[in-house]
Amino acid sequence: MSSTPTVIGRTREEMAQRLAQDIPDGSYVNLGIGIPELVAKFVPEGRELVYHTENGLLGMGPSPEGAGDPELINAGKRHVTAIPGASFFHHADSFSMIRGGHIDLCVLGALQIACNGDLANWSTGTPDAIPAVGGAMDLVAGVKSIYVITQHCTKDGEPKLVESCTYPLTGCGVVNRIYSDLAVVDVTPDGFRVVELSPGVEFEYVRERTGAPLLPPETDH
Amino acid sequence: MINKQIASAADAVADVFDGATVMIGGFGEAGSPVELIHALIDQGARGLTVVSNNAGSGEVGLAALIKNERVAKIVCSYPRTANSTVFPELYHSGRIELELVPQGTLAERIRAAGAGIPAFYTASAVGTPLAEGKESRTFDGREYILERALKADFALIKGKTGDRHGNILYNKTARNFGPIMAMASANAIVQVEQVVDAGTIDPEVVVSPGIFVQRVVEIAEPAHESALVAAGEVYP
Repeated sequence: MSSTPTVIGRTREEMAQRLAQDIPDGSYVNLGIGIPELVAKFVPEGRELVYHTENGLLGMGPSPEGAGDPELINAGKRHVTAIPGASFFHHADSFSMIRGGHIDLCVLGALQIACNGDLANWSTGTPDAIPAVGGAMDLVAGVKSIYVITQHCTKDGEPKLVESCTYPLTGCGVVNRIYSDLAVVDVTPDGFRVVELSPGVEFEYVRERTGAPLLPPETDH
Repeated sequence: MINKQIASAADAVADVFDGATVMIGGFGEAGSPVELIHALIDQGARGLTVVSNNAGSGEVGLAALIKNERVAKIVCSYPRTANSTVFPELYHSGRIELELVPQGTLAERIRAAGAGIPAFYTASAVGTPLAEGKESRTFDGREYILERALKADFALIKGKTGDRHGNILYNKTARNFGPIMAMASANAIVQVEQVVDAGTIDPEVVVSPGIFVQRVVEIAEPAHESALVAAGEVYP
C-alpha cells in the first residue's frame, strides 16, 4: 500500500474494504449511492452476500462489461447485471423487503450524523436546492442495521459527526456504526465510541475532528 | 368478447382530460413509457397532476410533458436526475408544484389505493420535515405517521408483452411502479412490445393480471430515453 505523507487515514476504497470485513456471510444488503457502492468490490473470499437495489432487483451483480441494458439498472440508475439466482419485483414488494425488516444491512452516505444516531443525508435545506429524498427514509426506518460510510469531515473541514444535525433529518436514532477515513465509530447509548482507529491515526486527532464527545476504544482489562 | 388492445398510442390517451391525475411508470428511463407520454403531449391535456418517481431528463418523455407546461403538480420521490434541467427551471420559477414523498411511501400509497385501503401507518419519515402536519400514532412503543392512499384517473405504463385480456409481463427493472400503478388507476394504459394471443402467456408467470389493465397498445420498438437525450432530441 502506497501513501503520500499528506494522506492521513483510509482512502475511500480502504474504507469500503474495512466495512466489507464486517458483513456476515449470507446477508441481504442494500448499498446506497456513492462510496457505499464500492463495498461490493471487497467482500472477503468465501462469503456470499445478496445485494438488493430498491428499484426491483435482489441479486444485483457488478456493472456489465461493454454495453449495458437500459432496463437493468440500480438505484443510482447505473447499468448493472443480475446474478444467477436473482429476482425482479415491483416497487411495493421491494419496499416491503425494506420496511418489513427483511434486509439485514444498509450502507449509506451522510451529510451529518448526530451522537444519538440521527442521520441527515438527503438535503442541505438551502432554498435553491431541489428537494429529493428517494428511498433513504424508508431504508433507515426499516433495515435492521444502518452503517454509514463517509469522510470524517466535509471538504471545508467541518465535522460530520455532530451533537445534533443542523440539516433536515432522514431518520431519528437510526445509525448503528460509522466507517470514516479516520476511524470506525459506534453510536452507543453513551454517544460516539471509537471501535478502531485507522492505521497511523491517533485518538486525539479524531477527537479534534469530531463535533461531539468521543469515547476512546474500550480496552481489554 | 374482451379485447383491450387499442390501435394506437393516440387512441389510448384520447380521453385524458384537463386536470386529470396521471401516474407515469418508470424509475429513471427504465420503464418510462416514452411513446404514450409523447401521445399525451400531442393530445394536449393540461393542468395534470403527475405521479412518477422522477421528473424526467433531457427534453423528451416526461421532461417534455413538464417542459410543455402540461403538469401543474408532480408527486415524486426524486426529481433530481442527471440531465434533468426542465423540472428545476419550472420549480424555481414557481410554475410547478412538488409533493415530495419517500419512495417506499409513494409505492405503498399507490398499492394501498389499488387494494382499497384508504390510509396506512408507516415509520418512514417519522421525525423528519416530510412528517410535518401528519397524524401520528404509537404502536408497540414505536411512532408511525398516517399516509393516505394515492389513486389516479389514468396510468401510463411500459410493459414487454401483453394480451387482449390485459395480462402483462415486464422487462427486468423496468417493472418498478408498473404493476401497482395499474392497480391504482381507473384507466391503466400499457404499451408493450408485443401483443400475443390469449393463452400464450403462462398463467403462472403473469405479473399484472388483466383485471388491473384497461388498455394495451403495441409499440414494437420503444425508444429509450437516454438514446433520445444523447441524440439531442426535443419533443415535440
